[in-house]
Amino acid sequence: MEGDTSVSSARDDILARIKEALRLPAPKPHATAGSDTPGRAWMPEAGTNEADRIQLLADNLAKLRAQLVRVPDLAAATAALADLARSKCWKRVAYHAHADISAVAEGLGCETWSVDEGFDKQRLEGCDAGLTACEAIVAQTGSILVSSAGNGGRALSILPHAHVVVARKEQVVGDLTDAFALTRQRHGDRMPSMLSFITGPSRTGDIERILVLGAHGPKELVLILVG
Amino acid sequence: MGKPRDQFLADAAGATADASQRGFLRQALGGYYANRDAQKARYRDWEQARDAAALAKWNAVNRLDRTLTTFATNFERNGGKVHWARDGAEARAIISRICREAGAKAVIKSKCMTTEEIHLNDALEAEGYGVVESDLGEFIQQLRKEPPFHFVFPCMHLKREAISDLFTRHLGTAATDSPEELTMIARRHLRQLYVDADVGISGANFLVAETGQVSITENEGNARLTCALPRVHIALAGIEKVVDKLDDLALLLPMLATAGAGQPMTCYNTLYAGPRQPGEPDGPTAFHVVLLDNKRTALLADPEQRDALHCIRCGACLNVCPIFKNIGGFAYGTTYQGPIGSVLTPHLRGLRNWNHLSEASSLCGACTEACPVRIDLHHHLLRNRRNAARAHATWFDRVFHATFGWVIARPRVFALGGRIFRATLPLLRRLPVPYLRSWLRTRELPAPPARSFRDEWKETRP
Repeated sequence: MEGDTSVSSARDDILARIKEALRLPAPKPHATAGSDTPGRAWMPEAGTNEADRIQLLADNLAKLRAQLVRVPDLAAATAALADLARSKCWKRVAYHAHADISAVAEGLGCETWSVDEGFDKQRLEGCDAGLTACEAIVAQTGSILVSSAGNGGRALSILPHAHVVVARKEQVVGDLTDAFALTRQRHGDRMPSMLSFITGPSRTGDIERILVLGAHGPKELVLILVG
Repeated sequence: MGKPRDQFLADAAGATADASQRGFLRQALGGYYANRDAQKARYRDWEQARDAAALAKWNAVNRLDRTLTTFATNFERNGGKVHWARDGAEARAIISRICREAGAKAVIKSKCMTTEEIHLNDALEAEGYGVVESDLGEFIQQLRKEPPFHFVFPCMHLKREAISDLFTRHLGTAATDSPEELTMIARRHLRQLYVDADVGISGANFLVAETGQVSITENEGNARLTCALPRVHIALAGIEKVVDKLDDLALLLPMLATAGAGQPMTCYNTLYAGPRQPGEPDGPTAFHVVLLDNKRTALLADPEQRDALHCIRCGACLNVCPIFKNIGGFAYGTTYQGPIGSVLTPHLRGLRNWNHLSEASSLCGACTEACPVRIDLHHHLLRNRRNAARAHATWFDRVFHATFGWVIARPRVFALGGRIFRATLPLLRRLPVPYLRSWLRTRELPAPPARSFRDEWKETRP
């Protein structure tokens, strides 16, 4: 096909230009590695033990205006979520199949439905909240890492008006490097088609640089941490 | 010829004369400085983190042929399709072909300066697609039919009243002076458009060679929606966006947010590896990435300024630049404003017509200090000036420098010249000497000293 030859020659042209351009070397910046992963030692504190990490996470989430609910077990998580749903008057909550999530969803006193078999976008948009698990939680930045494989796909954590994450405290890691390591451990070479670090509820500062929550994604982000 | 320069001088003069707009800009940036400093203070060593970030980008850019092909191979292994575009026209043709083949009608876009660089919206609209910008600032600028004012904060020049009027005019909503209510108007308006769009177009902040992932940084969630709901996702990326390893992002994502917006991380940092996979409930069925050269290889060929390709588009250099704060973003007349724009544009569009941007700098170095990947910005402006003087010296430059060089090498002629200069100094204001005239328009010429330093030295030397 004519299209294909032009594509491959654009590729070859660009790569040839790059090779030609790189014939003269550019001065290399000097950096002290600091640890096994370059630069890691210079980044903000990431906590050295579990208690540290959870404290750091709690501080970060508070600054980000995300809500943290700590509960001892799954039963308490179910009760906490039911309370939350009542106080916010949620009528419809979407979730995905996952041992913890399904258990918690069953205890909700409102309409719940699972997105696993595919879903109508309009229906998901009309949901008050999306309920998901996560891959990891990063103490250093207060980020929750969700994936499209195992955490309900791409839209569940962004389209409904609130996002509730139920996670185990063992999932709290220090920094992004730790989170990547955990993800690789779980998925190997086959990365999920989407991995997203969620750091607080959706926000914008586009109008006069004034912070507004809930720009396009969830206005509320709640982390229910079990354990 | 010379048009961009004249345009720049006229627009800059106009913007500088608007004291209330300048005050507004400074006020809007005030919170940024405080937040950025607070976040930087959380780093165990921000300066060393900058070194490490600079090295990560250096590694990728200085082996770009390898990193880019590794990325392309891994991206396709994940099920995506890679397209290569030598210039804007090729990129536009590729993207419109994908839209055509997908039978698309509506296109939703998340913020992407590279699409501004190649004027993608005009091209797609000319072919009959409805194209909607979903980032709040870009959405506002699209309604105003105006380019972004700042490549990170597209409508930071606008007051809320102007935005309220704009929404009333285009969306029929009631007037409000609440930024929150204005944001909710846009949210409600755009929600249905994400659901209805066939194609989502995004940019890319990083391309991870090791894993073939495309990383997108944002705050609003509009990019998440753009990449979740339409059936086709196209990402347009400059070839310099590549990094070697996933772990490089553990450094670069927080630093981008800190330098650019004073945040620990922006709200959503998302890595996309291919289209929807078996077992996943949603996501596009096709994922294309378009790798754009568009003269980036010309900059790559200049080892002295190659580090300008390390830029992660955080916008920190704009936020601290005294020139940007006074003339604003429009006067530049470029896709990328501020110091990094003044460095890049002569390479992307030609030194002859764009070197004036290098002269619009006090060389104070605030940009270089602010840059999280340590691009030597203010020295690059100086290098652009030197290159321009070498390549396209004006007759005045040539005559002036030749004469000056001849005089300075001859002490007696120099002394005579000094005497003449002191006597005729008051006349200079009236002579049509290039540069001097515009310089003197806003400055007082000091009275000439009675005697030269050399005369005084002769008398007072012990």
